[in-house]
Amino acid sequence: MTTTTLAVLVPLLPFLGAVAGLLLGRTAPGFVRPLAVLPTLASLVLAAVVAARQGGDRAVDAATELTPTGSVPIELALHIDGFAALTAVLVTVVAGCVQIYSTGYLRDDPRYPSYAALVSLFTSAMLLVVYSGDLMVLLVGWEVMGICSYFLVGHYWETPEARAASLKAFLVTKLGDVPFLIGLFALATEAGSFRITRILGAVANGGIEHPTPIALLLLAGVAGKSAQFPLHTWLPDAMAGPTPVSALIHAATMVAAGVYFIARLLPLFEASQAAMVVLAVMAAATMAGSALAALAQDDIKRVLAYSTIGQLGYMTGALAVADRGAAVFHLLSHGAFKALLFLAAGAIIHAAGTNSLAAMSRMGHLRDRVPDAYWTMTVALLALAAIPPFSGFFSKEAVLGVAEHVVTGHTEHTPAAAGWIVLLAGLLTALLTAAYATRLWLLAFRGHGTEAPDHGRQPLTMTAVLWVLAVPSLALGGFAFRALPDWFDGHDLTPTLTTSVLGTGVALVGGIVTYATWRHTTAHAVRVPLGAVAAHPEGDAGQVEAEAIASHEPAYGDIAYAPDPSDPGRLLLGPLHRHAAAGFHLDAVYTALFVRPVQAGARLVRFLDREVVETYVRGAGTLPRWLGAAVRRAQTGNLQTYVSVLLAGTVVLAVAAVLVATGA
Amino acid sequence: MHLAYPAVLSVLLFCTGLYGVLARRNAILVLMSVELMLNAVNLNLVAFDVWLSRAAEETLHSGQALTLFTIAIAAAEIGIGLAIVLAVYRNRGTSDIDKLRDTAEGHEPDGPDTDVSDSDASATQAAAEKAEATA
Amino acid sequence: MTPAATAGSLVGTMNLAAESPGFLSPTGVEIAFLLVGLVTFGAAVVTVTTRQLVHAALWLVVALGGLAVEYLLLTAEFIAWVQVLIYVGSVVVLLLFGLMLTRAPIGRSPDADSGNRWVALAVAVAAAAALVWVVVDAFRTTWIDLDGAPAGSTDVTGASLFQHWVLPFEALSVLLLAALVGAIVLSRKAKAAAAGGGTATPPAAPPPTAAPPAGGRTSGPGASGTTDAGRDTEGTR
Repeated sequence: MTTTTLAVLVPLLPFLGAVAGLLLGRTAPGFVRPLAVLPTLASLVLAAVVAARQGGDRAVDAATELTPTGSVPIELALHIDGFAALTAVLVTVVAGCVQIYSTGYLRDDPRYPSYAALVSLFTSAMLLVVYSGDLMVLLVGWEVMGICSYFLVGHYWETPEARAASLKAFLVTKLGDVPFLIGLFALATEAGSFRITRILGAVANGGIEHPTPIALLLLAGVAGKSAQFPLHTWLPDAMAGPTPVSALIHAATMVAAGVYFIARLLPLFEASQAAMVVLAVMAAATMAGSALAALAQDDIKRVLAYSTIGQLGYMTGALAVADRGAAVFHLLSHGAFKALLFLAAGAIIHAAGTNSLAAMSRMGHLRDRVPDAYWTMTVALLALAAIPPFSGFFSKEAVLGVAEHVVTGHTEHTPAAAGWIVLLAGLLTALLTAAYATRLWLLAFRGHGTEAPDHGRQPLTMTAVLWVLAVPSLALGGFAFRALPDWFDGHDLTPTLTTSVLGTGVALVGGIVTYATWRHTTAHAVRVPLGAVAAHPEGDAGQVEAEAIASHEPAYGDIAYAPDPSDPGRLLLGPLHRHAAAGFHLDAVYTALFVRPVQAGARLVRFLDREVVETYVRGAGTLPRWLGAAVRRAQTGNLQTYVSVLLAGTVVLAVAAVLVATGA
Repeated sequence: MHLAYPAVLSVLLFCTGLYGVLARRNAILVLMSVELMLNAVNLNLVAFDVWLSRAAEETLHSGQALTLFTIAIAAAEIGIGLAIVLAVYRNRGTSDIDKLRDTAEGHEPDGPDTDVSDSDASATQAAAEKAEATA
Repeated sequence: MTPAATAGSLVGTMNLAAESPGFLSPTGVEIAFLLVGLVTFGAAVVTVTTRQLVHAALWLVVALGGLAVEYLLLTAEFIAWVQVLIYVGSVVVLLLFGLMLTRAPIGRSPDADSGNRWVALAVAVAAAAALVWVVVDAFRTTWIDLDGAPAGSTDVTGASLFQHWVLPFEALSVLLLAALVGAIVLSRKAKAAAAGGGTATPPAAPPPTAAPPAGGRTSGPGASGTTDAGRDTEGTR
């Protein structure tokens, strides 16, 4: 088979798996698990073959036009370069792990068939985005991912948090998608095609006359999808979905789609200095703010969600300094270790029966209950904190190195301001990242107090994939940074000495300071007992998690916050802690700025409809009603009256007929 | 004989019956008036038949045959009509036509059927007043 | 206006008296017709205006009898006797039964006429005026020749009835059967419904099984007269 055929099969197999799963979910439950896992694994093999054949050489391009659409043609097009091939491998690896993990995680869930089918559909859509060479086809995958995310976040729709979170995720991402769509149309109009290759050709020839507005419009969609400031607020709430969904969609792949999209169209963004600066500011604000917020969260998954936002900020930062190699490198390594973090967190939540770090810090020996999760999560947290030689170190140093290059003026068409912004924010975030990673690790695994409940070992399906993902988290960076430039643009991804020392230094400082603070505060833990544990600890992990999410707010007063004086984050952040826990009140700001005006507008419209329009309608109804009342008075029910009127009419008609007939 | 004599008499009888149908309150009197109207028609038929059988050589005697049919049908009609009136009288306790106002606007279908005139009439009047008030 | 028109037409007829017999020189039959007609019309008016219900029925007898005389004057003998037999003999009797069964008040009842009276009068007068105008205008010169063989003797009527009108005649017998059954069913239903009240018996109700298949041959409330007429006709032939 040719590479093109294989590449077409890669997104097609999970799609067929999803359709079959939806059709057979009720009638043949025995096929659901194979139908979920096998197509994804087959796609993994095919994607690997495609990547091996492509091998970083010239991009594979294939296109067919199904039907002429009038103006700008829409083609089913493939564009597989090194980025696409490697990203597809990442997507299929994570999706395969998540599907396997889900069979254990949701083993008793009655809605598992639809869940698995939606995950397959999502995988298919993401692969379509990755491989597509036509922006309209890419948009199809982009929107299918959005709707899958909506359904999967709302998987536990019995809980109000999940319902609200799914709606919020959908609306906020759509808010970005509207300008995104307009930007796509504007871009296609100026370039005369939706094909990425032709658009990039037009950019190279200077055929795009208004790169800045187009780039900014596209950025809005990217900000919504990739959870960048100021449209990032849906991602922490989306943690109300099942943990495997968080791992696949909200950490490793879908949120990376925006970054990947910019990486594909980077020359277009480079054509606009303003867009690059905006991208840099966006990345910096996202990184620093989310890292601060992550330090204050109590829900272990919300810590990871904010950490995801921050790491995505690194990727957009790398794009802001015009190095998509570094961005996609970080995307790959982050996808591996963040999926691992989430899956391990799912195991921990199951074992502990709670998602609250404050409650976990009051459990002894939790790490002995989940040894696989303990070790793999340690690896992943070290990768997250960018400690050498874990993979996060190399990818993050690649980003910081590029920023440093720009600052020192080694590149020609990137504004130095962007470099400074990215570099400084990146270093600050490295410090904070190490701090919250250390806090997470200490609170989760170094708790003192009552023994953690023993529910037996986790299922093998859940623990095995942790080790599978631990391998790239541990070793991907160290082995790949030499090979990757061949696949990408050829920029050197080797860590530079300055940034390596700086980055590792601040990371170590962050970790050590947090450890010291923790030693200081952990003594308070005994005095303030806290904790609420799920009601059905013997149930499957999905049920435990749903109950943990549902009980967090009643138990602690807020979904993101717990009044825990032994939290090192509280001491580190000081007065900032409360605001950071609430995500710097961005939701409240949005409520005041958008939700309230919209609701007031709706009330106004309702008032106008009920009171003003209705009045006219009632007024229009008055005349017929009066006429009807007048006519109604003739309905006396007396037959003789009726017959009298009938005969009188007959006489009149007869006389008239006679007069007409005689010509009188 | 002038044809105008029986024709005019027929017209006058017909209109007398018409008045009776419209003005009489008792249903049996209304039936009598209907008989008058039928007889007026019969007279007309007979007169024209006699005229035509002489003047126009019409040999079918359709007028007289139709008159016989009308008489037969009138007999059937009066039998059925009286049966209906009796049934109404048994159910409602009255055979007055202007008390049978079930089709009136605002009539209550669940109202007391067996109870006689006064309450029914007052109910009808109250309903009419209500209709006026709402209008 | 209409009486004026009628008067005008009468004047016109006088001028045409040379061709056709005029209204001013009536024959004996015409005078008799006019007088009986006046009586009939008067009886009819009293029927629809009297306040005594039973008297109304009796005046109806006068009116119907007067019509029978008119039929005789028009040489329709058979119709005249059928008229007497059926209307005077059975219909009025039925009506009187009906009046009694519905407990019509004997003597003057003040509310014999409904409130619709004046409307009814207006409609009736208007209809009369229009019809008289039209009829007189159309037929003021038409002359019926009453000499010669009677137009409606039993012989002639029977011949036409059983030569040309057999099928409608038989159809009519089915109608009468239906009317018979209908009257019985209506009365029986009413009796069953009013069994607790116990008001009255139905007027004439032989059980439906007693009726022979040949429709009009039994004595029913409305069928008897017509059947007799049919028998008479057969007998004459």
